[in-house]
Amino acid sequence: MKVYNMVVIGAGPAGIAAALEAKKNGIDDILVVERDEYIGGILPQCIHNGFGLEYFGQELTGPEYAFEFIKELKETDIEVLTETMVLDVDKNKVITALNRKDGVIRVKGKTIILAMGCRERTRENIKIPGDRPSGILSAGTAQRYTNIEGYMPGEKVVILGSGDIGLIMARRMKLEGADVKAVLEIMPFSSGLVRNKVQCLDDFDIPLKLQHTITRIEGKERLKRVQVAQVDKDFNVIKGSEEWVNCDTLLLSVGLIPENELTKAMDLKLHPVTGGTFVNENRETNIEGVYAAGNVLHVHDLVDWVSEEAEIAGEAAANYLNDNLTKRKTKIKISPDRNVTYTVPQKIEYEFGDKNFIKIFMRVTKPIENVKVNFKYKDENIVSFPKKIVMPGEMVTANLPTALIKDHMKEIKVSIVKKEGETNGKK
Amino acid sequence: MEKNDIICTGCPKGCRVTVEVENEEIVNIEGYECPTGKKYAIDEYKNPTRILPTTIRVKNGEFPLVPVKTAEPIPKALLIKAMNIIAKKEVKAPVKIGDVLIQDILNTGVNIVATRNIDKKAGV
Amino acid sequence: MQIIIIGAGVIGAAIARELSRYDIDIKLLEKEPDVADGTSKANSGIIHAGYNADANTLKGTMNVKSNPTYDQLCEDLKVPFKRNGSLVVGFNDEDLKKLKVKKENGEKNGIEGLEILNREELFKKEPNINKKAQYALYAPSAGIISPYELTIGYADNAVRNGAEVLLNTEVEDLIIKEGKVTGVITNRGNYQADLVINSAGLYSDKVAKMAGDKFEITPRKGEYHLFDKVHGDLVNNTLFPMPTEKSKGILVLPTVHGNLLIGPNANIIDDKNDFSTTSDGLEKVFEGAKKLVPSVPEDGIITSFSGLRASLPSNDFHIGFSENKKALINLVGIQSPGLSSAPAIAEKITEMVNQYFKNNNMEIKLKDDFIENNPSYPHYHRYEENDEVEKWQNVVEKNEDYGEIICRCEHVSRGEIIDAIHRPVPARTIDAIKRRTRASSGRCQAGFCGPRILNILSNQLDIDPLEVTKKGRDSKILKAKSKELIIKDINEEDNVGDKNESI
Repeated sequence: MKVYNMVVIGAGPAGIAAALEAKKNGIDDILVVERDEYIGGILPQCIHNGFGLEYFGQELTGPEYAFEFIKELKETDIEVLTETMVLDVDKNKVITALNRKDGVIRVKGKTIILAMGCRERTRENIKIPGDRPSGILSAGTAQRYTNIEGYMPGEKVVILGSGDIGLIMARRMKLEGADVKAVLEIMPFSSGLVRNKVQCLDDFDIPLKLQHTITRIEGKERLKRVQVAQVDKDFNVIKGSEEWVNCDTLLLSVGLIPENELTKAMDLKLHPVTGGTFVNENRETNIEGVYAAGNVLHVHDLVDWVSEEAEIAGEAAANYLNDNLTKRKTKIKISPDRNVTYTVPQKIEYEFGDKNFIKIFMRVTKPIENVKVNFKYKDENIVSFPKKIVMPGEMVTANLPTALIKDHMKEIKVSIVKKEGETNGKK
Repeated sequence: MEKNDIICTGCPKGCRVTVEVENEEIVNIEGYECPTGKKYAIDEYKNPTRILPTTIRVKNGEFPLVPVKTAEPIPKALLIKAMNIIAKKEVKAPVKIGDVLIQDILNTGVNIVATRNIDKKAGV
Repeated sequence: MQIIIIGAGVIGAAIARELSRYDIDIKLLEKEPDVADGTSKANSGIIHAGYNADANTLKGTMNVKSNPTYDQLCEDLKVPFKRNGSLVVGFNDEDLKKLKVKKENGEKNGIEGLEILNREELFKKEPNINKKAQYALYAPSAGIISPYELTIGYADNAVRNGAEVLLNTEVEDLIIKEGKVTGVITNRGNYQADLVINSAGLYSDKVAKMAGDKFEITPRKGEYHLFDKVHGDLVNNTLFPMPTEKSKGILVLPTVHGNLLIGPNANIIDDKNDFSTTSDGLEKVFEGAKKLVPSVPEDGIITSFSGLRASLPSNDFHIGFSENKKALINLVGIQSPGLSSAPAIAEKITEMVNQYFKNNNMEIKLKDDFIENNPSYPHYHRYEENDEVEKWQNVVEKNEDYGEIICRCEHVSRGEIIDAIHRPVPARTIDAIKRRTRASSGRCQAGFCGPRILNILSNQLDIDPLEVTKKGRDSKILKAKSKELIIKDINEEDNVGDKNESI
């Protein structure tokens, strides 16, 4: 069985960045396995702009962002297998994959980077009753048809879910000549970026109906209409608010789920909130030498963070292979506290070496203005970072300085609270 | 006096800025909370512009479409008109990222450029 | 000799297959774009042991007679089947009495191995069952099957043996001459027959009426939730609650493919074409299932669906010659345990057909070249389940299409999908491919493989991608080629403009 220093599963932004970073840190014999016919993951179908502001300092479209990494990858000797589906990964880091040319492939990775991304939630996940016609598809599938395959999946469109994919697809469908009736959002606020709400909906007079959902689907063959209803603050349908909207297409943008089924055989424990594995500061899972990065670990809103996170994993894997890591005597737990739904990583396990800080990703429970991100050991404040505004739809990041982390700290709690002495912003 | 409500996209807060106009002159701006908000509201009132990302059909390509964008933002009011021109266009593979596929769309001085490489279809 | 069978559900397909043993020209007519497209595609998929019905009913005899034949049948037809056993769960001494009656009835019907389990024995078999459960009637001979795959297997085999399956072919009337049915009128032309068999399921009353036979089928809707395979081992046996007058209640069971299935509820409806799910129904199914297994997960639903049972007021199957016209056999009200009774029903019909021809001085002969087996199409997931992935290499070496995984959730290759399109009863729609290969039946519900399957169908059938459907007729997946909608709008505007100018 061929043994690689590193096997990366998935050639999306996370997989490519991790492989490149390992390469830069002197690692040879890297294999990247990709199921699609092209690399870049979901980026080539995300043809809109808005990528790269954090990472490249300039605004790019999805394909352009991917191209920067693909170009770099092609200049290396990193082996890439496309149209190859990984079917199993076991505890011994043996990977089973399949493709047309080689048939069943069995390889071992001294390190493995899990970069499989995520999948979209379906109609069934959110239990919309009614008929089962054609014309109901996830926003991402519609995006593939529209931007890659060259077909329009619908003419009269309703979109459920106002996350960024839903907003972006509203504009795409509209620009491509479809009649976009409305975007519905069950929450009292859109989870998408303000910019997307303005440029994708307002620019085209597409209504955003907050606190609305779909209660029934009708159409024996092709979708004919959906029943739209208003909900109260507990998400219960307000009786009498139901109305039918004629449409031939329903796009669902109702959330993403990290795609972790592949690693079932590895018994990696999944985090109840993120849906990804538990990781330490190196993005290493509870199996040594197995790392996770990108949307398979937790769902990101910006690809820029994915690249950065994958580089952490790639570098750490290189250090692991070069035997440059020392485990701490006691590990430090990183726990979410007030207003924080989760953090990545969830623990710190290695000595810091020349690392000046540890980047902590987190999400907030609700929109809050003028806050402080506090890192605390027991009642002792380690460090605070002020933020003007935090939103559930936008990842919050903070660099925890390693110099402030002391050996006796067994658990560091992260909270996001309103700055003291401030009211709800100026008016 | 005419009032224009503009949502600032400078940050997630999305301040609602009101631009009051008299005789095509801005006489008052309210609701912004930082300089970015003020500048955004003025620009957005005077000349709202957008990058237009879309696709163009490709003949004999490995994929039937090439993603494209306006190399610079164009006036918001021209987005649909620009789509009408782009819709009629078809280019031949191969296409290279950065290739200018339509020059000076709608006399804006802005080009439509490819944002991805599209090779020829195998066997063509 | 010519026989027409109306309706390609499990019963029609089973009859076609059994009759294809004889030297008969068989046409199996189906109004839908695929076989198994009605009641046979959406039910619990259980092969019952047969302790419920009376021995003097058709339901009782046909089920009990069929049950033991399933192992060989499924091996021949290459249909997945598993005897996982069933448990009727009792919660108190009152229930125990009823379970004992059931057991006695079952034994009277000739079922072997029935046992009343005490609490301890029950929990050993089903650790996740409701802690309040006290007793259970255990039937080791009960099994689980994929009902549509059985139907497809039967129909494929019938075609291999010379029968013809005509899809999208709806019988509009019977041709009757001198009190005898001599053929059928369909949307696609007329067909002559010496004998017509009405196995039209939900519509069997409608077909019977064409001959003046009066039946009234009442559709009873049952809704189900199917869960991700990660929950497939929540239960081992098929779990039944104590039944009521009307139905067997809401069950919790593993499917033969390893998913978890809960349902059905039972609601009488008017519209035989109403396969919709309802929020109330879906909730009831949850409530019902939780009574048996409180830890039925709230998340992890892959799909929710509903099926219609074709029930008669008599609450038994009706199988017999038309009372008004000659040369017509009616099978009406074949609801549960219809699936469990299909082999015996087909055998019974074969006897009736033989007798009919004999009585009319016609003779049918058994063929000597009847093919008992279906070919074994390679399925990657079976190699995976048997831990034989290495051997798949040989399959890929022969045809590299088997090396390209199209459905990531269920691990289905391009080769398997192409096979499905070229099987004796060909898959022509996305749903038909799903039923034959499992592609798109997994957790992402075609999010990933949908566009890919569409391309394969378009290539293999040599049709425009715009013509590919989910389930036939108007259920197209795509609306237009890229930019066509914009150009259409421009042209329309130009036309309006021209007109304005001319005014």
